[in-house]
Amino acid sequence: MKQPLWEKVATHVILIFASLIAIFPILWVISTSFKNQFDVLSTEIHLIPEKPTLENYESLFNPGSATGGFFWNWFGNSLLIAVLTTILSVFLASTAAYSLSRYRFWGKRPMTSFFLTSQMFPAVILLVPLFQLLAIQFRLLNTPWALVLAYATTAIPFCVLMLKSYFDTLPIELEEAAKIDGLGPFGAFWRIVVPLSTPGIAVTAFYAFITAWNEFLYALVFLTKPEAFTLPIGVRLFINQFTQNWGGTMALSVIVTIPVMLFFYVAQRYLISGLSTGGVKG
Amino acid sequence: MRERMWVAYAFLAPVAVVMAVIVIYPLIGSVVSSFTDLDRSNSATVFRPGSEEFVGIDNYVTVLTSEEFRGRLTWTVVWTAANVFFHFTFGLGLALLLNQRFRGRTVYRLILMLPWAVPAFISAVSWRYIFNGEYGVLNLFLEGFGIDGPNWLSDPFWAYVAPIIVNVWLGVPFMMVALLGGMQSIPADLYEAARVDGANRRQAFWNVTIPQLKSVSVAVTMLGIIWTFNLFVVIFLTTGGGPGGRTDILVTESFNLFQAGQYAIAATYSVIILSLLLVFVTFYQRIFRTEDVAR
Repeated sequence: MKQPLWEKVATHVILIFASLIAIFPILWVISTSFKNQFDVLSTEIHLIPEKPTLENYESLFNPGSATGGFFWNWFGNSLLIAVLTTILSVFLASTAAYSLSRYRFWGKRPMTSFFLTSQMFPAVILLVPLFQLLAIQFRLLNTPWALVLAYATTAIPFCVLMLKSYFDTLPIELEEAAKIDGLGPFGAFWRIVVPLSTPGIAVTAFYAFITAWNEFLYALVFLTKPEAFTLPIGVRLFINQFTQNWGGTMALSVIVTIPVMLFFYVAQRYLISGLSTGGVKG
Repeated sequence: MRERMWVAYAFLAPVAVVMAVIVIYPLIGSVVSSFTDLDRSNSATVFRPGSEEFVGIDNYVTVLTSEEFRGRLTWTVVWTAANVFFHFTFGLGLALLLNQRFRGRTVYRLILMLPWAVPAFISAVSWRYIFNGEYGVLNLFLEGFGIDGPNWLSDPFWAYVAPIIVNVWLGVPFMMVALLGGMQSIPADLYEAARVDGANRRQAFWNVTIPQLKSVSVAVTMLGIIWTFNLFVVIFLTTGGGPGGRTDILVTESFNLFQAGQYAIAATYSVIILSLLLVFVTFYQRIFRTEDVAR
């Protein structure tokens, strides 16, 4: 099956064109984040800033700028909320996923389809009652806990499905051997299954972290004070201003995106297999 | 066996309790609210209990018969169909190209995956800048070709196109990677058998590659449809529903109603959205029989 030359050339031409489309907006954001306030509004295209400046990054820490000097609060809140969501979700989901993977019991099918169906919920469907529950009854408005619980509504089902698909791939013989050696079911889970599942748990945890790091809708509802904001809501503050501060917006965007990009290159391979075995096929 | 059942429930109990409080109870609450006149003026606050009253199916009648809802629904369907169509065709095309053996394949793949790694809300905000009518780089480009670019985010027609462009840009990599994974898991013997039978490359493509991709395609398009239908952030941050609420999809409309304090109507919208998705998934699975694909 030999390939004619024109096909090879066409392949590269199309891929180069597609790559340019994929990468240009990202380069443009990075470039803009180093432009001064006049060049940002320039009507000439300069991918390399003519007079590169760090003023946009510096302004993020300046109390007089759009961040109100709350950049570190936002960063800290985002980090804290994402870490707590991850710990809570992975910790709770792991035993549930194990149970669904290894045991037969009454209610297993509806339970599994509940987790699958919950992937279909639009975030808005829980908005009204969650707001009343978390903001009014629990009085958690402007606290990280409101968001940790709100994010857990999607993170837990997702983690259960991911981890279940991972546990399904582990041979059951090891646990049976452990039980013969006198370990109870909890001991077998904790001492045998969890250590063997470290890669699966790590990817699931990363995924939970990134979803919480990127979340926007619930944060918009549950955080009303600038010092309680997360980074995504902070970005919105920039574009809502009367004078649009594009340089600052892009600088903040770059900072928010860096951890996500790093994660992606580590985890992309596992993510796909996890998604296709866990989320889709169930 | 009885002992094992008990263990299974013990492992599940923590999640079951948490899910009951933060998902099931609110979910029921949402459905219940959609049958009341709940709004900001009569809802419970820290200072007073709620005083909403049941109104039966009034909200559903109001929403389903309104011109507005039908407009949003039509646009949401168009939005979803257009996005998933472009995601799938571009993703399939790129995956086919990347499935060949040649130098630099990994580099292309990594670059083409980049838009996926950018958080959706960052993409949406960044594209707003790119779309700007005066100094946006898209129109500056078009100017270079002698084309007078439109006001992407406020023009009554292009405001529909702009968020689709953003979402196609950020959604193609997922489809590409998923389909590429599907292609790479096709057993080589099948191609070998096709070659022995005298099939040329084109015939091998139509008779081996395409049928073998069916199950992964069915799965990713279903996921794509659900995700796009529910995708809040792209519309909300590019056009913000503008001009004049025209480009709001059902989920952004539901959110706007919530922000405006019309809680019951917002809940009604969200119950309708979920019902539509459930009906869609049921039919979709029946048509494509995904249960054959599932283990």
